[in-house]
Amino acid sequence: MELKDKLISSFFAFEEHVDVNTKVHNTRSEAMKNFEATGFPTRKDEDWKYTSLKSILKEDYSLFPKKEDAIEYKDVKKYFIHDIDAYTIVFIDGIYSSHLSQTTHDKIDACLMSSALSKDKYKPIIEKYFNKIAPKTSLNSLNTAFSREGAFINIPKNTVADKPIQILNFSTGNESALMLQPRNLVILGENSNVQIIERHQSLTDNAVLTNSVTEIYAEKRAILDYYKIQNDKSSASLIDNTYVEQKDDSNCSIHTFSFGGKLTRNNLQFFQKGEHIDSTMKGVTIIEDKQHVDHNTLVHHIEPNCESHQDYKGIYDDKSVGVFNGKVVVEKEAQKTNAFQSNNNILVSDKATINSKPQLEIFADDVKCSHGCTIGQLDEDAMFYLKSRGIPEKEARALLMYAFANNVLSSVKIPELQQRINKLIANKLNVNLGFDL
Amino acid sequence: MLKIKNLHASVEDKEILKGINLEINAGEVHAIMGPNGSGKSTLANVVAGKEEYEQTSGEIIFENQEISELEADERAHKGLFLSFQYPVEIPGVSVTNFMKTAINENRKAQGLEDMPAKDMLKKIREKSELLDMDRKFLSRSLNEGFSGGEKKRNEIFQMAMLEPKLAILDETDSGLDIDALRIVSNGVNKLRTKDNAVLVITHYQRLLDYIVPDYVHVLLEGKIVKSGGKELAYKLEEHGYDWIKEEMKAV
Repeated sequence: MELKDKLISSFFAFEEHVDVNTKVHNTRSEAMKNFEATGFPTRKDEDWKYTSLKSILKEDYSLFPKKEDAIEYKDVKKYFIHDIDAYTIVFIDGIYSSHLSQTTHDKIDACLMSSALSKDKYKPIIEKYFNKIAPKTSLNSLNTAFSREGAFINIPKNTVADKPIQILNFSTGNESALMLQPRNLVILGENSNVQIIERHQSLTDNAVLTNSVTEIYAEKRAILDYYKIQNDKSSASLIDNTYVEQKDDSNCSIHTFSFGGKLTRNNLQFFQKGEHIDSTMKGVTIIEDKQHVDHNTLVHHIEPNCESHQDYKGIYDDKSVGVFNGKVVVEKEAQKTNAFQSNNNILVSDKATINSKPQLEIFADDVKCSHGCTIGQLDEDAMFYLKSRGIPEKEARALLMYAFANNVLSSVKIPELQQRINKLIANKLNVNLGFDL
Repeated sequence: MLKIKNLHASVEDKEILKGINLEINAGEVHAIMGPNGSGKSTLANVVAGKEEYEQTSGEIIFENQEISELEADERAHKGLFLSFQYPVEIPGVSVTNFMKTAINENRKAQGLEDMPAKDMLKKIREKSELLDMDRKFLSRSLNEGFSGGEKKRNEIFQMAMLEPKLAILDETDSGLDIDALRIVSNGVNKLRTKDNAVLVITHYQRLLDYIVPDYVHVLLEGKIVKSGGKELAYKLEEHGYDWIKEEMKAV
């Protein structure tokens, strides 16, 4: 059976078992209809021109794990940012793991989507925010139809979260192949502030396909720093759909670090619904072999006096493929917009590919918009300079790559996380540079 | 220490060095002077191991080993150092971190453990004081936004850190005002011992007032055409290179 048919037929069995309110049920049924009508995207869709899901969709995925698997903390400890005190929400094969998690309802909610979707006390919030900004694409619809679990984070107004929140999604390989549909909802009330780290990690060589949807709402003057760590095994693929709606004077940044995985597609969209909003998207991609990472971004400038900053760096080795498709729309009303976009790439191998496509649609006349894209190799003069100081070829290359990515790394606001990412990069480049990267 | 025999080298199939012979012993300071395009920088880069420069024939013997086939980093491990005419800017790597990597890679090549962090900091502090460098300088990105003088000072700082046997200073005086020139040359002089040597490459005699050479060589059209003591530098400063060209024609 084709994956699409399997999903459709499973949906009805699934929907009977889930305890949700009627409105949510209707939302899901409608989403399923939409997925049924559209199916998975193909390369004929303009947005998927450079990324084909075909080979990934061939796997015979289980849609629900047959048994729950308990994993021990010591086996997954290395995936936690354990040197910081944090709230942690852990899922194993899509199911909440209470013994690995530390959730809270004290001042802030850092808990489960399943309870938010089913409990009466969250009903008004769900009705206001659930599935309101995620566009009705086929993949979002699919996720909505199966949305059952994920992280629910609600920071009330005038509240600063006392520690960062980690969302960790593990897959264990109990099934020969597993498809996951995590659904996260993040709400920042007025004047609130939170830092979030999200990671998907497969613990198996069996195929895993994650189709994740995260909706983020930042009310007036809210501040969000969100970090996505994509360093999965080469058997795991991820489609990350993240949507951010911002109100006046809010400041949201999303950093995406893509080092691992087979295929990774990031659909990241910002909608600016107010004035004096700051939206930041930064990313570092370092991949090799036949890895594929696609960043598809959109900033929608709707109101005047807002800013957006995009800075994506990519380093591609072997036969890896990178895609950057960054769209900036400035509506007629959005005067005095400042929108910056830059995408810099290094091709380490002559078989690696980068497809970079900036798209600017500007309807206002008093704006500052810039975009720049570079594709190059490592600078030979710089290589000679480093080597002449006794730094061997491999280390010299690594040092230059690290330097290239550094300005994105240095904007990570959690020092321990920055250290961790530096270490991931050092491991990825297989070097010890003699200083704490 | 360094013996160059009949060295020929080309860049993009154009022959630049046409048979260089040069011998430098421990404790000596040599200067190579010559007009633009005579091959001075090419000589420095070929000896340091820059790949774009093809050594077509001849030998480079450093510390009793033919090094022509060695990579630039391997030559550095043997104790060769090139102070660049145009140091490369590397944003994103601080001077300190760069130095840590370089020192520890050199130690690794010698089979030594990484230098303990405390010793490293002490050494960095000592050597930066020698070059009169501001602390803030050390946490800045390597050469990024440095003035010409700061770049050269940073080169000599690296030399001080790495303690090479032979340092080749390629136009280290260019872009330096008189104060910076004094600091840089003082640094070089303080690093001199009977066991190491310096090869100064320069256009002008000015630097040689500070770093006094034992030998001066004149490089013209890819060959060393005249060698002498430091008085040769004064003669070149006063009369230029034409008289040497005349002498050559006469021969």
